[in-house]
Amino acid sequence: MFDLDKWQEILATIKKNKLRTFLTGFSVAWGIFMLIILLGSGKGLENGFENQFRGAAKNSLWIWTGRTSIAHNGMNPGRQIRFNNDDYENLKNNVSQTEYISGRFNIWWGNQVSYNNEVHSFGIRNVHPDYEHIEALKITGGRYINHLDNKQKRKVTVISTMVRDVLFKENASEALGKYINVNGIPFKIVGFFEDESQNERNMRLIYVPIATAQTVFSGGNRLHEISMTIHANTLEEAQQAEKDVRSRLAAVHNFDQDDRRAMGTWNSFENYMQMQSIFKGIRLFIWIIGIGTIIAGIVGVSNIMIIVVKERTREIGVRKALGATPASVIALVLFESVMITTFAGYIGLVLGVGLLELLSGIEAPFFANPSADFGLAVSATLILILAGAFAGFVPARRAARIKPIEALRDE
Amino acid sequence: MIQLKNIHKSYQMGNNSLHVLKGIDFSVEPGEMVSIMGSSGSGKSTLLNILGILDNYDQGEYMLDNKIIKTLSETKAALLRNEYIGFVFQSFNLISFKNAMENVALPLYYKGVSRKKRNKTALEYLEKVGLLDWAEHMPNEMSGGQKQRVAIARSLIANPKIILADEPTGALDSTTSYEVMDILKSINEEGITVLIVTHEEDISRMTKRVIKLKDGLIEADYIPEAMEEFATVN
Repeated sequence: MFDLDKWQEILATIKKNKLRTFLTGFSVAWGIFMLIILLGSGKGLENGFENQFRGAAKNSLWIWTGRTSIAHNGMNPGRQIRFNNDDYENLKNNVSQTEYISGRFNIWWGNQVSYNNEVHSFGIRNVHPDYEHIEALKITGGRYINHLDNKQKRKVTVISTMVRDVLFKENASEALGKYINVNGIPFKIVGFFEDESQNERNMRLIYVPIATAQTVFSGGNRLHEISMTIHANTLEEAQQAEKDVRSRLAAVHNFDQDDRRAMGTWNSFENYMQMQSIFKGIRLFIWIIGIGTIIAGIVGVSNIMIIVVKERTREIGVRKALGATPASVIALVLFESVMITTFAGYIGLVLGVGLLELLSGIEAPFFANPSADFGLAVSATLILILAGAFAGFVPARRAARIKPIEALRDE
Repeated sequence: MIQLKNIHKSYQMGNNSLHVLKGIDFSVEPGEMVSIMGSSGSGKSTLLNILGILDNYDQGEYMLDNKIIKTLSETKAALLRNEYIGFVFQSFNLISFKNAMENVALPLYYKGVSRKKRNKTALEYLEKVGLLDWAEHMPNEMSGGQKQRVAIARSLIANPKIILADEPTGALDSTTSYEVMDILKSINEEGITVLIVTHEEDISRMTKRVIKLKDGLIEADYIPEAMEEFATVN
């Protein structure tokens, strides 16, 4: 089927009609080019939004407290709600959707971190060991806070690579195991982290076990925030988990579970899913436009091929008289069509991918790294070949039906 | 070689049916050279199409090389044409974007012969018709007579049993006509059956047998007086 002769036959006819072939191919190349650019831009937009979410687990739930705004069980609004360690235990042990959970205890004063003569002000985050997974931290050396640290209230800390470089300068490689002063109290460095978002705000931080911090910084059993990740595959599940958490804490702290002022929550899964569905819509839209453009190209090829068959009626008649079977006539037309579309489409593909490659450095707030992945290129190629076959089908059948007698009749 | 028994063929023209062949009976032995004559509308082209398996017939029986040719699939018909029949047309019907050699080689392409081999064979046949030097030329660079010789080489290349020539000299002047006829005659002398459709009296006299058609029936079937002298006189 793919013998050289057949291709030589087809090449000969294409060579004979360069302009016609070029014009036909152009519409297909343009269609594919547009499809690739559209899909690449869509991907870029998606990447841009995705970047905004980087640096935190996509299924995280963040909880904080405030003052009640709705009267509940005979109590007036305006009451301050406070979390404590019991709330952490409560959620950890009783909410079935909990994956990772950590409380957070904030220190509002000082934040002075020093090593020898280097004195700086960094954020001090006092958390449970699970926090590593909630923030999606990258540990680049040593380890993160572990449960033993917390249980034994060890004075250990995990600092960002940036903090390390600021405090230790050229001795950064020897920082592990050294003691730094945190608000005047020495803490041993056990690990380094990087935040994936590369956001400086998330890097000017050190982490300390929450139990240690509550003790040495006189926090009692107070928690300011609770963050957790949840087991959820759908938006409904995520919303249900959030609701379970709210109702459980509302019962303990005696506020209306719909009182968002008393307790605020932010469900990243919900936002993530909403974003996902928006992008699903955008992708669909892009495919519809892209396919539409390709269809226009196919119709063009099909049209040209019909004219080609008409022009070549006599030739096809001669071929049939000389012994060409209907199948070989169909193959002649179909292969020409497939060849034009595939070749032209490939050029469009290469140009489109090339342009995307040029733009790939772009990092705008909501647009990053427009790209066409391998799967996309494969599906585009498949579409092309199918399109070519489709475009050639009607003309090829017409060609096969040509009767030699009529084609050869001398007018 | 060819046996026709009571062949009928009619064409449907809207509501009217046009009865073109009204019972044709004749047979052709291997190695004969026959011309089929008749005025336009006599049914000679229809007869040629049926003989060439380009068209089917309504009634009767057509046997080619002792095989009944009836209601064949297009593919089967194509294979039979390729194997048994070489066509020569009035307007040559060479493929314009192929050179002489490639045109001649085309039937072998459909036979599945390799490119190298069929081009070699094509050159042999071009030599036979005296056009070896023109092998690389395109049809539009050749004269009518040369084109027809290329077409004859093409009709011969697949080793057919029969050559069907439809007005082979219709587009040529008389000198070239006779050249073409001489080639056809020499082919016939090699034992290939040749059937020529023509309306030119002098051409028919260069064949060994004339079948005259009129209104879809055979009007006469005779051996013409030798025309060698006639040819030289002209």
